[in-house]
Amino acid sequence: MTLHIKNVTKRFGDHVAVNNLSLTIPEKSMFGFLGANGAGKTTTFRMILGLIDASDGEIKWNDQSIGYHNSNEVGYLPEERGLYPKMKVKDQIVYLARLRGMDKKSAEKELTYWLDRFNVPEYENKRVEELSKGNQQKIQFIAAILHKPSLLILDEPFSGLDPVNVEILKEAVRDIQRQGATIVFSSHRMEHVEELCESLCIIHKGSTVVHGGLREIKRSFGKKNLLIDTDFDLTYLSSFPGVVKVKERMDGVELQIENEAVSQAILKEINSKGFIRQFSLEEPSLNDIFIEKVGASFE
Amino acid sequence: MNRFGLIIAKTYVEKFKSKSFLITTFLFMLAIVVGTNFQTITDQFGSGSDRESDGWNIVIYDEEGRIAAAVEQQLSIVNQDITIEQSDASLADLEDQVAAGEYDALLAVSLQDNGKITADYLSESLTSRAFSTDLQLTLQTIQSNFVATELNLSADELAMLNMPVAFEQSSFSDTAKSETELNEARGLVYIMIFAIYMSVLIYSMMIATEVATEKSSRVMEILISSVSPVQQIFAKILGVGLLGLTQLAIWGTVGFASVQLSSDSMEGGLYSLFDFSSSSIETFLFGIVFFLLGYFLFATLAAFLGSLVSRIEDLQQMLMPVTLLVVTGAMLSFYGLADPEASFVTITSYIPFFSPLVMLTRVGMLNLPLWEPLLAIGLTVVTIIILGWFGAKVYRGGVLMYGNSSSFKDIKKALMISKKEK
Repeated sequence: MTLHIKNVTKRFGDHVAVNNLSLTIPEKSMFGFLGANGAGKTTTFRMILGLIDASDGEIKWNDQSIGYHNSNEVGYLPEERGLYPKMKVKDQIVYLARLRGMDKKSAEKELTYWLDRFNVPEYENKRVEELSKGNQQKIQFIAAILHKPSLLILDEPFSGLDPVNVEILKEAVRDIQRQGATIVFSSHRMEHVEELCESLCIIHKGSTVVHGGLREIKRSFGKKNLLIDTDFDLTYLSSFPGVVKVKERMDGVELQIENEAVSQAILKEINSKGFIRQFSLEEPSLNDIFIEKVGASFE
Repeated sequence: MNRFGLIIAKTYVEKFKSKSFLITTFLFMLAIVVGTNFQTITDQFGSGSDRESDGWNIVIYDEEGRIAAAVEQQLSIVNQDITIEQSDASLADLEDQVAAGEYDALLAVSLQDNGKITADYLSESLTSRAFSTDLQLTLQTIQSNFVATELNLSADELAMLNMPVAFEQSSFSDTAKSETELNEARGLVYIMIFAIYMSVLIYSMMIATEVATEKSSRVMEILISSVSPVQQIFAKILGVGLLGLTQLAIWGTVGFASVQLSSDSMEGGLYSLFDFSSSSIETFLFGIVFFLLGYFLFATLAAFLGSLVSRIEDLQQMLMPVTLLVVTGAMLSFYGLADPEASFVTITSYIPFFSPLVMLTRVGMLNLPLWEPLLAIGLTVVTIIILGWFGAKVYRGGVLMYGNSSSFKDIKKALMISKKEK
């Protein structure tokens, strides 16, 4: 049950939305799909779901193409949230689940379980338009997962949620993965991807710029972050050999350095200058990698 | 239940429970009951009070007095609403009295030497209530009688002179129906055209609204990942179609029951228009076929146009061509009711978007060979299939497309998105 994306290209007229994309997403893994706005994420998801055809290349799930014959195995949370505004939560979730091949009874049972889990059992008979945006999001999430899909595609699942609800949803996503689902999700929030995904890719203008496991990506990036907090001014370090970037923070400065060795040279340099409160070498964050690869324009 | 059935059921139940459906169904039901009992209801309110003013008082000024008596006698046969009064007052006095409202009109008559009658008729208004035609006829008869007496004609000779012409209309065209048949057919065709016209407009609007709502609320993206656009489009059309039939069945039943229970006599009035008999069975059956064809044709068109708009507000504009086609079709058929053999009526009866209405008119009003309506049916079916196939392609791309513009250029864009690459 592996998702293979092989040399996929999608053109809309002259515009190339996705360019020669190749990914392998192993069974039961959680895969992060990152990209700036307009990078081609939604187009790729729509191709995976078979909603639009790829111009070149092929997409196989379990050696089959995805279409209406196996849509019962697939769950989709679109980026643009949408439910019938006038329909009651229960009616529409059951309707959508039945369209995914579930029977009415088990759909109702599962719905009760999830509403309880998300602490909103009282919404069952409310109309969707009466709910807050965050709560609509929860209902939408339930709609995507109720039929226990083996492939789950989540386009920006955590956007617009408060931190408490983000945690509740993250836990749910982890549970679904543990139960054996393969999950692909996109996000602008790098920390969510760092926390949840073992592998990821970053696409930019339709092409892959980074692809692989989270650890390897960080390791191969080479550059490290150095956090220093001192009583004296450190901004002059920007011209120090091996320093890529200096960012001032409330609690000192954050330096991006070429490699680990540079940190030792800097330590020697500042050792005699005065009191050093903090000096720590850290792995680069995904945020740094993303900005580096996709371009500072995204800041 | 499979997905197709689920969508049909959902569309049907949802729309059936909607307030707007219940209200329109009820209001129309009320209108039917009122319409079929119109005579009874107006009698309840209308009788009595107005009787007095119904009569028409005419005062006659006649110097010789011969004509006035004859007019009074003749008019009592022709029109009993008119009361004639003779007066000896002067012409000027009488004119004043009419102006004051004592009489409704003044008729001043005089007999010339050659036997010709000259009459001046003076009334406040020149509406049909002035009865000038009746008076003219009456005076004509009187004049003829005077001249006949002068010429010493016998009563038989006079009768021969006034003998009516035996005038009967017939046509050498095979397709023409007799005048009685035409009058029968006209009522039935009129009702059916009106029913098709209304249903096509209302139900295709309903379908387009449904599609546009799903799209603007973005629920479409989930739907389209579980059910194919073709299934969605036709499940919706069938769902709303069933709803429409339910509505018509309710109205039909209420109408029938109301006619049965109505105390109105079936003679005259409204009913003379709708005298259903032998040849109307054929018209009725064709009516049902054209009703279904018209519905499917316009519903498919509306569904795919609805898939192109991103906001409900733009829907009306997008549906403009549907409205125009339906209205044009209805205008052509109403013209066809009067002149079913006009060449442009014949031509447009084969053009798919008009033929449900126009061919129905011709079927009802003429004795057409069977192949003519069958050809129109065939052409319409082919159009529905092509439109369904093309519409589903546009729909597939259209529902994934969000933008501010809502124009027909979007069709091209939608086709590009839904393009089959292999």
